[in-house]
Amino acid sequence: MNQREEFRLGVREIVEPSFGISAWALVTGVAMIKSGMSVPLAVLMSLAVYAGSAQLAALPLIAAGAPLWVVWATAFCMNLRFVIFSAHWRKYFGHFPRAKRLALMYLAADLNYVLFLRRFPKPEPSPAQVPYFLGSVSYAWLSWQLPALLGIALADHIPTEWDLGFAGVLALLGLAYSTLSGRNSWIAALVAAAAAVAAVHLPLKLNIVVAIVAGVAVGMLLDRLWPNAMEARR
Amino acid sequence: MSDWQTFVAVVGLTVITVVTRGFFLISARDWALPHWITRGLRYAPLAALAAIVAPEVLLSDGTLPGDWKDPRLFAVAAGTAYFWWQRGILGTIVIGTGVMLALKLGLGW
Repeated sequence: MNQREEFRLGVREIVEPSFGISAWALVTGVAMIKSGMSVPLAVLMSLAVYAGSAQLAALPLIAAGAPLWVVWATAFCMNLRFVIFSAHWRKYFGHFPRAKRLALMYLAADLNYVLFLRRFPKPEPSPAQVPYFLGSVSYAWLSWQLPALLGIALADHIPTEWDLGFAGVLALLGLAYSTLSGRNSWIAALVAAAAAVAAVHLPLKLNIVVAIVAGVAVGMLLDRLWPNAMEARR
Repeated sequence: MSDWQTFVAVVGLTVITVVTRGFFLISARDWALPHWITRGLRYAPLAALAAIVAPEVLLSDGTLPGDWKDPRLFAVAAGTAYFWWQRGILGTIVIGTGVMLALKLGLGW
């Protein structure tokens, strides 16, 4: 296949799975405005940050006036899956100059990763990879940004009493459920949830930090004391 | 947060996107995190999600509401039921939001 066909294949393979992403983007766009963010900042956040779950998680913290490091630490935790993915990407793009590597990676969302590894299961560079990647990420970018901008525009016209920002919380809830695998992850999640509620009166939204530390610590401890099926699978 | 602080937050979040997505491509050197850290990292996103969602659902103004007629609770219950039935995040959002709007706009809760 030539380069143009690889680019087209990259686009074609992501069209169908990106419908869900577009709906998620619409919700994120609405949630940004309904958290009280101004339209220009919401547009900037969407175009620049380009990481839906980190954006949604940051919104309540920004709205509550949490310190910047708490906002950033929470978003970093949401994005930790990308750190794991990047170890795989390295096998394909590690030989490029650093600026090119990081520019490519900035655009690499979850779906691009899944589809790319399906298209190129063998972890070694090939000339078809960059065109495929560019096709995949450019369609993904549009299918995220256009609905997100639509959500921002619509949200300005939806009454605040409808509380539509809560759709963003529901999105995070669904994501949390899909992340659960195995008994220890359930316990870690319940501990984090309970800690976040119990410590809610801590200043600076530190309850979120306390809850993340508690959840991770309990999860790691349980893995050591009481390994479950999840350990065997991974 | 003021607009200026929010702007700084957004710039930082953009840096976080680049740093996490490119994490192992920042250095030219081939290296790996210690095994115990990668194991622990699996729990961090889940813990962060639970920590954000639980207070948003359960609390209003920092306390447990005494009133059960809270559309958010019913939205979460409906979304949860849908998720464990169909395993779809999109449906969870749509059903949950639908129930919330029906209670708010239909019944005036």
